[in-house]
Amino acid sequence: MAETRVIRLTEVRKTYSSGDIQFEALRGVSLEINQGEYVAVTGPSGSGKSTLMNILGCLDVATSGRYEIAGQDVSRMAEPELADIRCRWVGFVFQQFNLLASMPAWRNVELPLCYAGVGPAERKRRALAALADVGLADRVNYRPGQLSGGQQQRVTIARALVTGPALLLADEPTGNLDSTSAREILSIFDRVHHEGRTVVLITHDRDVARRADRMIEVRDGLILDRSRSSLVVAP
Amino acid sequence: MSWAETIRTGLAAIRSHATRSVLTVVGILIGIAAVILTVGLGLGTQKDVSESISSLGSNLLIIRPGSAVSLEGVRGGFGSLASLTMDDAAALGSSTAAPDIAGVAPEASTGVSLENGETNWTTTVTGTTVAWPLVRWRGLLQGEFFSQSDAAAMANVVVLGSETAQELFGTAWAVGRSLTIDSVTYEVIGVLAEQGSSGNTNLDDLAVVPMETYVANISPTTAAVQTIYLQATSQATLSAAYQEAETLLLNLHGITEAGSADFSISSQDALVSTATAVYRTLTVLLVAIAAIALLVGGIGVMNIMLVSVTERTREIGLRKALGAKPNAIRRQFLVEATTLGLVGGVLGAGLGVAGGLALPGVLGSSIVISWSAVFLALAVAIGIGLVFGVYPATRAAKLAPVDALREE
Repeated sequence: MAETRVIRLTEVRKTYSSGDIQFEALRGVSLEINQGEYVAVTGPSGSGKSTLMNILGCLDVATSGRYEIAGQDVSRMAEPELADIRCRWVGFVFQQFNLLASMPAWRNVELPLCYAGVGPAERKRRALAALADVGLADRVNYRPGQLSGGQQQRVTIARALVTGPALLLADEPTGNLDSTSAREILSIFDRVHHEGRTVVLITHDRDVARRADRMIEVRDGLILDRSRSSLVVAP
Repeated sequence: MSWAETIRTGLAAIRSHATRSVLTVVGILIGIAAVILTVGLGLGTQKDVSESISSLGSNLLIIRPGSAVSLEGVRGGFGSLASLTMDDAAALGSSTAAPDIAGVAPEASTGVSLENGETNWTTTVTGTTVAWPLVRWRGLLQGEFFSQSDAAAMANVVVLGSETAQELFGTAWAVGRSLTIDSVTYEVIGVLAEQGSSGNTNLDDLAVVPMETYVANISPTTAAVQTIYLQATSQATLSAAYQEAETLLLNLHGITEAGSADFSISSQDALVSTATAVYRTLTVLLVAIAAIALLVGGIGVMNIMLVSVTERTREIGLRKALGAKPNAIRRQFLVEATTLGLVGGVLGAGLGVAGGLALPGVLGSSIVISWSAVFLALAVAIGIGLVFGVYPATRAAKLAPVDALREE
């Protein structure tokens, strides 16, 4: 059972404090995501959606509650250990792409492997393979500035998948793309999902969200599960 | 992330903001070159001074007559008494009584006019002994110094300073020519090599004759010796030679108390140590200025690194999201800062050494390149990169990935 749960959040709270003012972004969220699920997280801005995504991606830690990723409790981990978790278990796709402009595509893709301690030859081989998987085999030496938005987003997907993560976490991946490119990107997500990976997609776009198996709506720091197969208890 | 990878990333970052990097490097470069040059200049000046002092004879003791006291009790200056004689000089030359004295050159001088036909030139003529070139460290440009037999024969021979020869004959190559002093004709048998000047004494404008000739022809009225120069056998025996000379002269002059001696003995040692102290102070001052230049360079490195961290906040966030540990980020920025320091250091050392080789020709003062200063300056340059890189690197390492990614 534990092996099939990629993500398990139990009563997770996140409070931001700025001076005397305290703001509770997440107010006790419990959530489980299974291996191979395709989940869309939606909600209006300010709902706590981004906070949830940051916690899921181990970019931020919860104020209280428990978070397990691939069976490991990460809720009390310090930054160096979290870096390891991100490196091994999570692949990120950002709305802003976040590619390093000074490097060619394949260098961008191999970057997570550098931090994972993979040797140069192996890195390059895997980076080129990952780029070929997203249909950019002929663009590996292009710099981000020489690629279209859709192509850049495909580079980030290759970068996210190159380490073989348990979880692909995408934050508004189509937010900066025209509709054609957006469709291409979403079909890549579909394929990744069919290959058996767990995909969590954060979006405010209902049409995008509907492609997922399950839709989770975040409102005022709490979640409402709109899944077709209702697995998770909404508080 | 391996070191090779870290260094490659650091270099790429430096290249990506080339102008700023170059300016930072120039700052360090100037600091390092300044340190090397100022230390070199200080050492060079020190060397020049001690050389010019030792050219006077580093083992030299100078005996001058004491001061005369008039009947009214007014004390004259040193040297006003005619208390030294050729006998004193001869006694000091005895190897049994004064074994640590290698040579004795008594001198008596007076101003005379030298004539070569229509040309005449007023200079100092000095009567001395054959030991004079040895004791006064003088070499000959041409010809030879007078011999013992010239002296014994009271020969009318003269050795000229190079400038004197130039003035009289229009050339320094004057051996074999003759000149007259007070209508007595002398043959020029040697010309002294150039020595420059010591204080306000021009060491190249003089005429030297045997003491016997001097007494017989030039200044018969005063038989007194004005100065006796002594050469100790070595620097180490200088004080022994001093003791021997003092004891001997006190005996010869029948004086029991050293305090009432009618002569004084001095050495160049005091002069050397004063000059050395002055130049050491000067060097410390110059190095302090150079150190400030280095500090400014270091702050330049810190500044560019802080700018670099701020500018690349998003990149740092991304790298962290992709699995970079705080240490990897810190290392990347330290490598960057250290590289700037190292490049500035190497170029600065190069410039400093090149300047040290080229400048003496321009400035006329020598620069001694101290290799220990070069290596120290290099180490300092790298250290500057490290030390002033630590704060920005730590700031980068501490950035929370989520905040860093949110940065626009």
